[in-house]
Amino acid sequence: MQSKKERVKIGRERLQRIIEMCKAVEERSLDPFLVDVDEIIKVVREFFPDWEHPEDLCLDAEAINRLASVIKLQSEWVKHRSTTLYTDPFLLEEKIKSLDREALVEAFLGAWHPIVELEQISLHSLRGALAYWESLPPLKDRWKDFPPPEETRGIASREELLRLKILRDKAFTEELENFWNELKRLVAEKGENGKIRYWDFVGAETYEETIHRAFLTSFLVTYGYAALEVYPLEEEIFIKPFEKQQRRIGKKQLVSLPIAITREEWKKWRKRAEAK
Amino acid sequence: MSKRKAVYASKIKRAVHMLFYRRHKKPGVKGWELRKALGADYHKVLSILDEYLKPLDLQVKTVFEEGEKPSSEKPTLEELDKARFYITLRGELTPKEAKMIGWRIDDLAGLAITIAYIISKKGKAPRKEIEELLREKLPGWKASLNIDRYIRYGYIAQDENEQLYLDWRTRAEVDQKALIDFILSK
Repeated sequence: MQSKKERVKIGRERLQRIIEMCKAVEERSLDPFLVDVDEIIKVVREFFPDWEHPEDLCLDAEAINRLASVIKLQSEWVKHRSTTLYTDPFLLEEKIKSLDREALVEAFLGAWHPIVELEQISLHSLRGALAYWESLPPLKDRWKDFPPPEETRGIASREELLRLKILRDKAFTEELENFWNELKRLVAEKGENGKIRYWDFVGAETYEETIHRAFLTSFLVTYGYAALEVYPLEEEIFIKPFEKQQRRIGKKQLVSLPIAITREEWKKWRKRAEAK
Repeated sequence: MSKRKAVYASKIKRAVHMLFYRRHKKPGVKGWELRKALGADYHKVLSILDEYLKPLDLQVKTVFEEGEKPSSEKPTLEELDKARFYITLRGELTPKEAKMIGWRIDDLAGLAITIAYIISKKGKAPRKEIEELLREKLPGWKASLNIDRYIRYGYIAQDENEQLYLDWRTRAEVDQKALIDFILSK
């Protein structure tokens, strides 16, 4: 035979399950008739005499409240099915899937009566705007109300300017050219046919450093220091340095090439690099 | 012109200004605003205006609060006060005209699918399901973007559980029954 304590524990669990189920029906628009109301009332009634603590009574009240919401949904469901708007969702879904977009648009245009609305300025608002403009004091009059901020003078250190990103620890062009030289050196050492795999070039010890290298690489390509070769079928990207910076000649359309540098990709590359 | 006629002519003009020009964030005018500006007989003014608009293929559309239908055939004054009035197209646009007002055929087809599916699901459907349905005909990235666009325009709304509902613009512009009938009859 179950002890009182065990029974209370089971009762709480069952009420909790009822609440979760009703919540799921409400929130996920499931068929409210999936809930067996009679069965739930039987369970609630069965355990009601065991409740002594206020929190258990609250749980009981919440279960009843949730059940009432489901019953309301059932009533709305029946009402909706009895209206002329009711269509079997499955039938409609199948129909939508089978129709081409022209037929869908044709159906929609038959039922669509767009609102006519104008957003032009009216005489009334023009009059208001004019009155406002006339009453607006000139800037020099308005701004003199504010005392100029007190200037405090001091000396900023180079470290502070670096931290505020006003100064860079290396000029960008210099950094880019060093990077270009590194690319040329790596291609000479490890590359084939004057090019190297993109990931073998940008990949670094840390993910953050990899991102920084990818960022610089994008400038190498944009500024004509190197070119990317993409082989979509093999899913390979190579980078090929130029001996001299190339200037853009003619009106050839430039193409943007997004390359995802995700942490997962970086980890995969690291594994491969370590295995080598 | 009799005095009475002149009064109505002036009220019709005022109603046209209020209904055609956008006054708030959303288009349309509430019944109580029209009552305040045109007087208690504003409904009569609107029905005369509706007659004037007929040859222009436009109409005065009344949308009751939250899409509810009035309790009886004849709406009460209170229901009319809370209703929103719009000027809408009376007839239909051709696909070419729809393109001219800035709608791509893909986006319109997506809107038709979204609205029809929500209607069939009793006015509420999970965003995920609609995205999947749209992906049957649109690229994946576009399905989600299009839903955001429909939300921005006021055709649908989304709650915190990612459930989609029909919003004010669908209630004002789309004859829901006709849409379902047209789709099923195709």
